[in-house]
Amino acid sequence: MAEVTLANMSKSFGARQAVADLSLHVPDGEILVLLGPTGAGKTTTLRLIAGLETPDAGRVLLDGRDVTAEPPAARDVALVFQQYSLYPHLSVYDNLAFPLRSPARRMPEDQIRARVGEIASLLHIEDKLGRRVTALSGGQMQRVSIGRALVRRPKVYLMDEPLSSLDAKLRAELRVELRRLQRELKTTIVYVTHDQIEAMTLATHIGVLDRGRLVQLGTPREVYEDPVNSLVAARLGSPPLNLIPVGAFPGVAVPAAAATFGVRTEHVRIRQNQRGRGMGRVQWIEHLGDQSRVHVRVAESDVVTLHDPDNGISVGDAVDIEMRTPLLFDIHGERVRA
Amino acid sequence: MGSIRVEGLHKAFADFVAVRDSTLTVRDGEFFCLLGPSGCGKTTTLRMIAGLELPSSGRILLGGEDVTFRRASQRDIAFVFQLFALYPHLNVRANIAYPLRCQGTPRAEVKQRVEEAARILRIEGLLDRSVSGLSSGDRQRVALGRAIVRRPVAFLLDEPLGTLDTELRELMCGELRALHDRLRATMVYVTHDQLEAMSMADTVALMNDGVVEQVGPPQEIYDRPASMFVASFIGWPPMNFLPFPGPLAPGDRTVRIGDANLPVPEALEGSAETELVLGARPEHVRFAAEGGPRAEVLDTEYLGTTQIVTLITEQGARLKARLPADVPVRRGDRPALRFRPKKLSVFEKVSGRVLRSALHEEVAHG
Repeated sequence: MAEVTLANMSKSFGARQAVADLSLHVPDGEILVLLGPTGAGKTTTLRLIAGLETPDAGRVLLDGRDVTAEPPAARDVALVFQQYSLYPHLSVYDNLAFPLRSPARRMPEDQIRARVGEIASLLHIEDKLGRRVTALSGGQMQRVSIGRALVRRPKVYLMDEPLSSLDAKLRAELRVELRRLQRELKTTIVYVTHDQIEAMTLATHIGVLDRGRLVQLGTPREVYEDPVNSLVAARLGSPPLNLIPVGAFPGVAVPAAAATFGVRTEHVRIRQNQRGRGMGRVQWIEHLGDQSRVHVRVAESDVVTLHDPDNGISVGDAVDIEMRTPLLFDIHGERVRA
Repeated sequence: MGSIRVEGLHKAFADFVAVRDSTLTVRDGEFFCLLGPSGCGKTTTLRMIAGLELPSSGRILLGGEDVTFRRASQRDIAFVFQLFALYPHLNVRANIAYPLRCQGTPRAEVKQRVEEAARILRIEGLLDRSVSGLSSGDRQRVALGRAIVRRPVAFLLDEPLGTLDTELRELMCGELRALHDRLRATMVYVTHDQLEAMSMADTVALMNDGVVEQVGPPQEIYDRPASMFVASFIGWPPMNFLPFPGPLAPGDRTVRIGDANLPVPEALEGSAETELVLGARPEHVRFAAEGGPRAEVLDTEYLGTTQIVTLITEQGARLKARLPADVPVRRGDRPALRFRPKKLSVFEKVSGRVLRSALHEEVAHG
């Protein structure tokens, strides 16, 4: 197992700068999740660590050793892609054993059997080993491809949206399994996703990328509770936080530089206004079951709040609004700290 | 006008029964979701409403009129597919205008209606662009425009957001619902995503294995699931199931799990089976120092807004609790579990059927 360090790394494709002066450190045994929209540079960063791309500037260090000039095979990393690439003519067992049978390794067959068995039981596919991979469901196939990366015990696992082709339920299940695996194997993982729930639940640290730059690095709780700008704030949390011009709440005193309130849906309280003259009016209620999302029109803005479904609030009601611990942002979206 | 009624609809493909004796009513102007796992018969049902499949038996009424044997083109319905089939050589305007051109609508009217559709979808700025350069969200808007421009009495949508990524899907959900509210047209929407259905629909019909398991408003289905299938399909994480020995008699107000007596809504009917299951939503599970069944914390997932805690009871049942994110929880903790008594359901284990209780009486009163 190993730690990963990137030092001032840059990479351009033609005129487009994919990664700009990126530095970060992943301690041994951690899961760093790189989060960002399409085109933020997440996958390029991963490919630079793997050695599938060469940086224009900067260095990659694995366990303190500079591997920037080394080919992928010499770096001892394993990659898991979004699309499972399995050998369709082979059984699950042979697919899992494949990386161990490489002539470079010459591992005895009984050791291979032990390793494959161990990984299969971790992934709960031990009863599928004799099957053709084409006879498996999507979730099982993805488990096999994750398993194929795991049998090798490389220094670092690099995963590029490995769960995104699966449906929501399966994704949530595999997320929990992946975390359990990581804890049991104490591996270092760099994981790329645009799914914020995946980032929040998997990561020991989240690195938020935007246009090739690392905008914030921190634990899920730090990034969620103390975002550096409105972009990071809006990236995490579902439903996303409300961004409301400060003018919508003239009664709340704010520093002069503040242009926007950022307030989490769970921090907005609404109360029915008995005289029918509230600060806003309920536009629409989404029933999500455990909670309802209540959309309230305030001045020119929409404010979304989470509410208990039994609260008796209905569309058209006039309501008063109270914000708990709102964040403040300036006109450029940067945090204004009181 | 745009009401749809499906009566005793049945469809078999050779040996495979896709839809079994289904009866549904979609009211005029309603946003109606057909929800279920893949292979449950929801798309087949939609295709029969559209006239793209003929039912093996049963009737389809559109605005009260029997259209069962009418061609798709003679039903005043627009169909939007999962893969938006746009004409790549035509621009946005020509793509939206296409259905009207086919009908021979006068040029001036085509122009006016295309612009109106574009305005409703807020894509006026894109009308003269080529469709090949558009983002997937805009392509989906154009596909919707092509449906809107016909002014049909009903829209049928087959997983129209299925291929979009998560964030865009959430945005488009909001847009679709707002579009429905502006048009006030009947929409029947097929999806396997319970969150999409819950957030958009007035009424949800949940299908399983060709059968409609439950029909009702989203909150109703969530709060009072008719079966264990419904309870586990709707809601994430799904409802927790804690097995316990029955039977249950009318008037019972507690169930016994391990050493703990747990209050439940008063039973209105007795159980036919002896093995029963208590159903509790994750947000109705709370921790206490003592008093309930003990469980060990296996894992916690921090979601920002809330956290999901995975536990295992002394009886070996796994369950998940949704707690506020600021409650300190550690792996290895052994809290006692409390449940919100009024919200609990009791099911028969084999049939999966819910037992009627005071939980269901509330509906009749309210």
